[in-house]
Amino acid sequence: MKSATGTEAVLRVQDLAVHFQVHKGGLMSNKISVLKAVDGISFDLAAGETLGVVGESGCGKSTLARAILGLIRPQRGRVLWLGENLTGLDDEALRKKRKELQIVFQDPLASLNPRMTVGDIIAEPLKTFYPKFAKVQVEERVRGMMKMVGLLPNQINRYPHEFSGGQCQRIGIARALVLNPRLIICDEPVSALDVSIQAQIVNLLKDLQKKLRLSLIFIAHDLSVVKHISDRVMVMYLGKAMEIARQGALYRKPLHPYTSALVKAVPVPDPEIARQQPDTGLTGDMPSPFEPPQGCVFHTRCPFVVKRCKVEVPPLRRMENDDWVACHCAEELDLTIRRVAVRKRNQDE
Amino acid sequence: MELGDIRGRSPWEDAWHRLLKNRAAVFSAFIMAAMILVVIIGPWLISWEADFTDWDNTSTGPSLSTGHWFGTDAVGRDILVRTLEGGRISLLVGFVATLVSLVIGVTYGSIAGFYGGITDRVMMRIVDIIYALPFMFFVILLMVVFGRNIILIFVAIGAVNWLDMARIVRGQTLSLKNTEFVEAAQACGVGRLDIIRRHIVPNLLGVVMVYVTLTIPQVILVESFLSFLGLGVQEPMSSWGALVNDGAQDMESAPWTLIFPAVFLTVTLYCFNYIGDGLRDALDPKDR
Repeated sequence: MKSATGTEAVLRVQDLAVHFQVHKGGLMSNKISVLKAVDGISFDLAAGETLGVVGESGCGKSTLARAILGLIRPQRGRVLWLGENLTGLDDEALRKKRKELQIVFQDPLASLNPRMTVGDIIAEPLKTFYPKFAKVQVEERVRGMMKMVGLLPNQINRYPHEFSGGQCQRIGIARALVLNPRLIICDEPVSALDVSIQAQIVNLLKDLQKKLRLSLIFIAHDLSVVKHISDRVMVMYLGKAMEIARQGALYRKPLHPYTSALVKAVPVPDPEIARQQPDTGLTGDMPSPFEPPQGCVFHTRCPFVVKRCKVEVPPLRRMENDDWVACHCAEELDLTIRRVAVRKRNQDE
Repeated sequence: MELGDIRGRSPWEDAWHRLLKNRAAVFSAFIMAAMILVVIIGPWLISWEADFTDWDNTSTGPSLSTGHWFGTDAVGRDILVRTLEGGRISLLVGFVATLVSLVIGVTYGSIAGFYGGITDRVMMRIVDIIYALPFMFFVILLMVVFGRNIILIFVAIGAVNWLDMARIVRGQTLSLKNTEFVEAAQACGVGRLDIIRRHIVPNLLGVVMVYVTLTIPQVILVESFLSFLGLGVQEPMSSWGALVNDGAQDMESAPWTLIFPAVFLTVTLYCFNYIGDGLRDALDPKDR
C-alpha cells in the first residue's frame, strides 16, 4: 500500500489496539472492565507527510500517540517503523529507537521539569544518547536548536516558569528536535495556547517540517487547526478510525457522517453566517467507552442510521483517491459541505 | 551582536528569597546556628570538665562567684558544660539519624513508587512489617543483644524513621510519575534510574526538606525519651534528655538542674518547627 504522497511509508500502523483493564466497583467487588481506548487503527505515513488526527475528547487520540511511541504497550497490532516492528522490541531496544520518534506534549509548562534550566532540558536527550559529547559541543547544539525554534539563545540558563506558554512549547519542540528525529507526534500541541500563539506554533512546525523533512502526526480536537497543517486527516471516534482522507477532500466532501458533523461544527467568526449554517445533526453525547455500541460505534448519534449499522461493524474501506471510510452507506450519502461562509466572503470582496 | 547570557532564577532561589522574608524562620535559623556553634565550641572554653566533681559546690544554684554559671548537680558537676556536651549528643543524634532516614527513605520510596507494580507492593509490605514492630520492644531487644551503646541509638531511631520518609516519598513519586515531563523524559529514552535521579527526586525535595526539619526535633525528642527511660546514652556522657531526667529527680531541691537543659531542648525544638514552617511556606507558595 502506498501512502497519499506516493512515496514509500516510513510508519505503518496495522490494527493497533490498546485496552486498559479498569477495576470498577466498591471495596469488596473485584469487577474488571475493559476500556478499549484504541481499537484496531491502521494507517500509513510517508516521509515528510503530516497526518492530522481529530476526534472528541476521550476518543483515544493521545493513547494512540503513546502506543505508537511504545510508551504504552498495545494489546494487539503492529507499529512498523521503517519496516521494523516496534511492538515486538524489548524495553532496551525500544529505548534506542526513541532517537527517531519524538513527541511534543499538550501542556507546555507541565512537560518541562521546573527544576531544570532550558539548556539542561533541551540537552537531556543528547546527553542520554551521546554521553561522550563534550560540554561545549552540547551547548552549541542546544543554542542552535533554540535559535531554530525562535528562542533567544542567551536565555539558555533560564527556568521554564520564566517563559510564556508559547515559548515553553518552543522549548518542548526544541527538545523533540535535538536528536534529529524523523517522526514527531504532536499531542494537541496548541490546545493550551492562545489563538494568536497557536498560529505561530503551527507555522513553526510547518517550517521545521519542510526544512528537516519530518513526518508529523498532529493530534487536535479542533478541525480548523488540523486543516492548516495536514496532508491527510484521520477522524477518530471511540477508539476507531471513521475516515482517513486527504485534507482538501475531507473538508469539502466528507465521506463519513461524523466527519461532516465535525466540519459543520467548526465555528464561523461571523454571527450572521453562523446563523445560516446548517445544524450539525448530531444528538446526544459520546457513549461510554466501557460499553461501546454494537455494530457501528457511531450509530447511536448518526442521523442517517439504518438497520444494518446496529448489527454489522463497518470496515474501513478504500474509496476513490485512496481515501478511507468506515461507513456502510458512504456511497449513498451526499455530505458535501456548502461553504456558505467562503462564498459570502468572496462575494463581498 | 550576541547578547550576554541571562541568568535565570531557579525555583530554589525563589524559595530562598521567600524564606528570607519570613522573620520567624530567619530568627530561628540564627538562634539555631548560634546554638550549634555554642554547643560545639562552648565546652572547650569553659574551664570545667563535664565529669569533674566539685566537692565544695554540690547542688549549688547558678552564681558567678563559684564559676558555675548554671549551678551544679548533686555530685558537683557543672550544669553548663554538661548541658553543652549533652547538646552535642542530642543534635548529633538528631542530624545523623535524620540523614540516615533521609537517604534510605528517599531512595527506597522513590524506587518503590516509580517502578510500581509488584516491586512496589513487595517493598511497601516490608515497610509495613517493620512498622508493625513495637518501637520500644525493638530498642530493648537491641540493648539486650548488643549492650548499651550510643551507636545503637542511631541505628534504632534511623531504622524506624526512614519508614515514614519512604511512605511520604513514595506518595510524592506516584503523583510525579504521571506528569508530562517524566513522560517526556521516557520518550527521550532516559533510563529509569536517571529519571528518578534527575526528575523525581529534585521535585520532591521540597516536601522532603520540610519533613526533615520536622523530623530532627522528633528524633531529638525520641532520644530524650529513651534517655529519660534510662535506655539512652550512658554516664558520664549525657544528652538533653538524660539531663532533664536527672534534673526532674532533684526538681524540688535544685530546680536549675532541670530548667537549663529543658530550656535548651525547648528552644531547639521551637527553632526547628519555625524553620520547618517557613520552609513549607517558601517551597509551596500556592499552599498557604
